[in-house]
Amino acid sequence: MPQIFHPSANTLSRLSILVALVAAAGSVTIFYLIMRSPYQTQVKVIPTQPIPFPHEHHVRGLGLDCRYCHTSVEESSFAGLPPTHTCMTCHSQIWTKAPMLEPVRQSLASKKPIHWQRVHNLPDFVYFNHSIHVQKGVGCASCHGPVQKMSLTWKDQPMNMEWCLTCHQKPEAHLREKRDVFNMEYSPSEEEQLSLGKDLVRRNNVPVDRMSNCSVCHR
Amino acid sequence: MAEPVYEMPAFRDETLKVLAPGHTYKTVTDDISGVVLRRPYDRRWFVIMAIAFSLVSVLHLAIAYLLLRGVGVWGINVPVMWGFAIVNFVWWIGIGHAGTLISAILLLLKQDWRTSINRFAEAMTLFAVACAGMFPLLHLGRPWVFYWLMPYPNTMDLWPQWRSPLIWDVFAVSTYGTVSLIFWYVGLIPDLATLRDKAKNSIARTIYGAMAMGWTGASRHWHRYKMAYLLLGGLATPLVVSVHSVVSFDFTIAVLPGWHSTIFPPYFVAGAIFSGFAMVISIAIPLREWYGLKGFITMRHMDNMAKITLATGMLVGYGYMMEAFMGWYSGNPNEMFTQLYNRPFGPYAHTYWMMLGCNVLAPQFLWFRYFRQNMFWLFIISILVNVGMWLERYVIIITSLHRDFLPSSWSMYHGTIWDYMTYYGTIGFFLFLFFLFVRVLPAISITEMRELVHETQHHGGGHHVGAHGTAAPTSEGGA
Repeated sequence: MPQIFHPSANTLSRLSILVALVAAAGSVTIFYLIMRSPYQTQVKVIPTQPIPFPHEHHVRGLGLDCRYCHTSVEESSFAGLPPTHTCMTCHSQIWTKAPMLEPVRQSLASKKPIHWQRVHNLPDFVYFNHSIHVQKGVGCASCHGPVQKMSLTWKDQPMNMEWCLTCHQKPEAHLREKRDVFNMEYSPSEEEQLSLGKDLVRRNNVPVDRMSNCSVCHR
Repeated sequence: MAEPVYEMPAFRDETLKVLAPGHTYKTVTDDISGVVLRRPYDRRWFVIMAIAFSLVSVLHLAIAYLLLRGVGVWGINVPVMWGFAIVNFVWWIGIGHAGTLISAILLLLKQDWRTSINRFAEAMTLFAVACAGMFPLLHLGRPWVFYWLMPYPNTMDLWPQWRSPLIWDVFAVSTYGTVSLIFWYVGLIPDLATLRDKAKNSIARTIYGAMAMGWTGASRHWHRYKMAYLLLGGLATPLVVSVHSVVSFDFTIAVLPGWHSTIFPPYFVAGAIFSGFAMVISIAIPLREWYGLKGFITMRHMDNMAKITLATGMLVGYGYMMEAFMGWYSGNPNEMFTQLYNRPFGPYAHTYWMMLGCNVLAPQFLWFRYFRQNMFWLFIISILVNVGMWLERYVIIITSLHRDFLPSSWSMYHGTIWDYMTYYGTIGFFLFLFFLFVRVLPAISITEMRELVHETQHHGGGHHVGAHGTAAPTSEGGA
């Protein structure tokens, strides 16, 4: 009877064991990398907006406070996106003919809100509340990054559960005095931050022992 | 060449031989490989496959609807959060146990009657585990994130909850599935080589050849094969006991009357082997009848399996008795209510009494040789045991859950059409895989049967099968 397989099949079959091992380890590694890549987390990815709104110009250039537009951040779960009227407090007077602002004028005329693309979108099974974070002293920049430097807005942090928990387990590394929450240029040294943070955890009654409970975020 | 016909030592009953007289290396090889290689047209096979495949389609439909609408399509509610899915899971996992017991424990105990039934019993184990695995995954609600059950470096900073028996289940069942698969495959290798050598079709020859992994029947191959097989047998042995013990922890760890009991692990293992052997009997009867394998799966095998079914059935009956006794002896009003009132006389009393009828009463007939050796009655009893063991899990899960500590949350549970479709669908899936297996792989180990011929011819009785490395060469069948 003739041989079914060429003698090279011996080498190939041994090689296939190696290939299987490499493929198994490789696919786990690739999934691990994808999971943390901007492809999955959208970090530093700039979504296309109907108007190329520059936070850099408005915050650093003009010195607008975050709360001028995001009005409900101190008392609501949702920070609030400004209605067209907020834009028009200035833009009814300046740059009234700018073609870039045409969608704003149209929105005002047609009474249809501007269709902004969300930059930070948490899954529905996560309960997140802006106001409690602001009240306990988490600065805007801690989660949203240097917004005053963003000519176009991007997501600065991955916002996966692991990232949330780094602060929920050790909040003293991020807490600020109430007056510095909206201060975009705030940058204490590490020692300053830790000693102040520990003090703030106590003063603001931050319940660190309960902050990793499932039901804090998954209700 | 005239093979000497070996006369077995005088058994009390002439039918109780492990191999019909007159078999040679050639007849063993031809008869068993013929089922696969010649594939004679068989209408019964097509009928079974048609029924099984229709049920697989029903299963697809049920799963698709479940994924579309969520687990609310099932009958589960509060407080009965575990319904058919867990009943079926435990039932299927239990059925698998006979395969492991036959292949591992009986191998180590050198029982010569295991050789003709181990291959298809192991296949049955694998297919039963495949059916069982489906239920907890579907019960997750979001089965596509099933990998959250595994510890892996994730972005959630989460680790599985090691205090939960459901996580122990994941490891117990996946270990069980892996070891059973490897054990089955290693046992198949010499037979795959036989099929490779005997196949006329070049595609079949290539596939069997690749699966045989270059087996030549060299003594070095046999030596390593025997060693690997024995080691795997040793590895699989604790699994016979551990897997269903862990499954029973799903219940015992909870502080619910009727669940929180120390008798559960041994009682579950006995029940698993009981239902497993019943399933092996239910499969062996048509298999030996239809494929002319009565010379290999003899009355000895049927008789022994019936005896094990009887023995484990008695253990299960003892378990029922002890549950009721402990319910009374504990003096705990909730235990008493569950064990002494709600199960025997509550709204699910009919299930309880049917369970006792199927699991305790029906096997009593197996005390008599007539019932052990009458294939019609044996088949009926084995089916009753399978039904009874399903009812047992139903009784344990539903009666304990539907009357929990808070009477305000008491409720009734009934499976919906989607529950039944999923359950019957997995039975179809099991039959489909099994009857496919019968036609593509040897349902009985050719190698071990040739060893049995050798033993009976040269060593005066088949009491030392697998004990030493002698075996017929692979291509003997063609001689």
